[in-house]
Amino acid sequence: MRDKQIEDLKDYKYGFSTDIESFKAPKGLNEDVIKFISNIKKEPRWLLDWRLKAFERLKVLKEPDWQKPKYPKIDYQDLYYYSAPKSFKDKPKSLDELDPKLLETYQKLGIPLNEQKRLNGIAVDAVFDSVSVATTFKETLTKQGIIFCSISEAVQKHPELVKKYLGTVIPLTDHFFATLNSAVFTDGSFVYIPPGVRCPMELSTYFRINASDTGQFERTLIIADKGSYVSYLEGCTAPMRDENQLHAANVELIALDDAEIKYSTVQNWYPGDKDGKGGIYNFVTKRGLCKGKNSKISWTQVETGSAITWKYPSCILKGDNSIGEFYSIAITNNHQKADTGTKMIHLGKNTKSKIISKGISAGFSDMTYRGLVDISPKATNSNNFTQCDSLLMGNKCGAHTVPYIKNKNSDSNIAHEATTSKISEEQLHYCQQRGLNPEEAVGLIVNGFCKEVLQQLPMEFAVEAQKLVGISLEGSVG
Amino acid sequence: MEDQLKIDFEKKLKDFSYSDQEKKFKETNFEEFLKQGFPNRKLENWKFSDLNQIIKNNIGELTFYNDYKKENQIDKIELISELEHNKIIIVDGKIEKIDFKFEDKDKVVVLVEQGEETIKENINSLINLNNAFSNKFCKIIIKKNYSLKKPLVIYHSTNKNTQSKNTNSRIDFKLEENACLRLIDIFKDNSEKNFLNIYYNFELDKSSILKNYKIDKAINNNVKYSYNNVKQEANSISETFILSSGSKFFKNEINCDLLGQHSSAFVNGIFDLDDENHHEIKSNINHLVENTKSYQLVKSVLEKKSKAVYQGKIFVSSEAQKTDGYQLSNAILLSENSEFNAKPELEIYADDVKCSHGSSSGSLDDNSIFYLMSRGLNFKEAKKLLINGFLLDVIEKITDEEIKNLIKNLLGVKE
Repeated sequence: MRDKQIEDLKDYKYGFSTDIESFKAPKGLNEDVIKFISNIKKEPRWLLDWRLKAFERLKVLKEPDWQKPKYPKIDYQDLYYYSAPKSFKDKPKSLDELDPKLLETYQKLGIPLNEQKRLNGIAVDAVFDSVSVATTFKETLTKQGIIFCSISEAVQKHPELVKKYLGTVIPLTDHFFATLNSAVFTDGSFVYIPPGVRCPMELSTYFRINASDTGQFERTLIIADKGSYVSYLEGCTAPMRDENQLHAANVELIALDDAEIKYSTVQNWYPGDKDGKGGIYNFVTKRGLCKGKNSKISWTQVETGSAITWKYPSCILKGDNSIGEFYSIAITNNHQKADTGTKMIHLGKNTKSKIISKGISAGFSDMTYRGLVDISPKATNSNNFTQCDSLLMGNKCGAHTVPYIKNKNSDSNIAHEATTSKISEEQLHYCQQRGLNPEEAVGLIVNGFCKEVLQQLPMEFAVEAQKLVGISLEGSVG
Repeated sequence: MEDQLKIDFEKKLKDFSYSDQEKKFKETNFEEFLKQGFPNRKLENWKFSDLNQIIKNNIGELTFYNDYKKENQIDKIELISELEHNKIIIVDGKIEKIDFKFEDKDKVVVLVEQGEETIKENINSLINLNNAFSNKFCKIIIKKNYSLKKPLVIYHSTNKNTQSKNTNSRIDFKLEENACLRLIDIFKDNSEKNFLNIYYNFELDKSSILKNYKIDKAINNNVKYSYNNVKQEANSISETFILSSGSKFFKNEINCDLLGQHSSAFVNGIFDLDDENHHEIKSNINHLVENTKSYQLVKSVLEKKSKAVYQGKIFVSSEAQKTDGYQLSNAILLSENSEFNAKPELEIYADDVKCSHGSSSGSLDDNSIFYLMSRGLNFKEAKKLLINGFLLDVIEKITDEEIKNLIKNLLGVKE
């Protein structure tokens, strides 16, 4: 029975593509396409100007090349920057009007959008290719004054909030991919939690790339006003395709005084086949700003998918006493490559940060932890603790650790430790002696290795993540 | 700078009659340096120490020509008196004296002529600069099964009137099977605002042992760069100890290729910095075969506006199973304006390895200070005692008793 289950799970089960007619912008990256996107979304003038400004900046920026995983040059003119299910030209007003095929797709992915069927109370915003297709539980949230909708909707309904915060954490002039996103972003989620409100349920976004030759450029903006709390989940999948697809999202988090944001990601984009063909390029910019005093931002990520993962969810600890946390599990198998980690930038007094990173590489894959801890001269009495452990399976893969540690304040402490090892024969032997087969034994040990991070995930996600950890390593033993 | 370089290089080529091969070697290196210039922060390796800027700020315009025909005064250079030793004295990049008076003549061979071309690979622009401008280099061969009776001390000195000058020196060492060399580098700066560029090549044959102690203690306003390239065969051991303290800027780079099984490399360092000094240690330990070991320990005590950088890299190739690599750096920041940067890097392609690194930085422990003060010490004494203990950890790693005592005396560290 168990073997059968494992057999079923071995293949990327989200690899199907949905046959939905889609409506695309012309191929290529130019002013007209940006205007087209802006126009179709009925955006106000200031946003179009903002996009064009980013595009101007993009012309002078160069693609960065310091990362470990190299990739063939991307032809930015050969991509569609906007793709939406055709039935969406007139946006459906309720779930009943949704294309049944879409609903079916999300059903297959295990994300029922039908609210009645939901028991565990997670509000979902689903993004299909370039547009947000449905957001659930709106009423419950509205009662508390919480805004949870697609960013396009937010631009229409709450322009003052979007205008105030968009681009304040990731400025237009940031690096290449962030600026590209600013120019062509299509949709994403918007969350605003009013002062003093504790969001009663987990908010969740599900991303899906369906159409081929499309890049997905979503933009997420989360604002936690004074004294509020929100936990946000993000999941992603894509169909199996031979060519590589680009995903360059920007995520901005802003926590004001005493607010807390918990952001969890389970990333399971299509990783390519076992020979390294196809798969998603996941080049994402995620940054959180602890703007107010006593604020807290916590990133948790489980990275199992994508051909190349290249991202550093960061915290800028600006407010005094603010806290930044980063918990990460990154698993690479076959020909996957990952260069991921975090940046903790301490600016305020008494700021604290904690980094726990677990990397596992198997097959022919390559994994790099790259992180920065920077304590500025004014960040008196700050503290950082970093632990990054890597596990290697086989000698065809690589695991690397590249931490940058800068301490410019004599009252602050930084501690960093890293280890690299393999699964001990003794542990394996013990598990097998108890009747587990080698794969189960490895799964169990790896789950133990990742426990510190898995514990940080909300319950529903933790179960899924635990399964994913097992699946991702299938075929890497023996 | 470019014009100055060209003029000086022309001048240098005219001084001696070089063979075509030598000339070509110097010219290629010169062209390469012209192309790249001094390293700046755009290079990953120089991210924390922008040498181009440092030279600009501390020296200004450099000149590169050195008259290697001129005899330099060496009798005024103060030698180490506590310890009997062999010596090499280098003044302004020129080897003025080689003296192996304690050793058997046929066991230590010194070749001063330019021998066969050794290193061809491009390491960095400073090595190019060194190759272009250094004098005919010197190769020292320690014969099979010979252990030097007394340590070799290399004095790096500058002339009184040498200023705003770049001096280059290079020595190659070959330790034959089962040979042993203890080497101490000491800096005697007689003038200011120069850029000293030192390049050593070590070939360690089977079972040979190299111990290199670099001591930069005397306060001076020079900018220094030293590159040790160590190639190690089976069962060989290299031990490098760096006391980085007196110079305005000093970057020590150690590249260690562990090519034979059961070879091991140890790199230990102390940064004891004051004022606006800025020092760096960069290590590259390359584990290339099975069963090799490396150990690195670097401790820093930073006063005033000083800045220390430690970039330690452990590389493990996919063949190098059973590697044991360890790296630790601790820093104490004593002043609000001091700064410690670290980049402990692991690049690992083999699975059956034990590799780890740790790094910490922070202030002196208040509790320990309180404890010592409650025992009747004043704050200054308590601080000194704690720092002594902190640094002693590294000094205790020195395996040569004689030299350990010498360094303890230099630092004023007591047990």
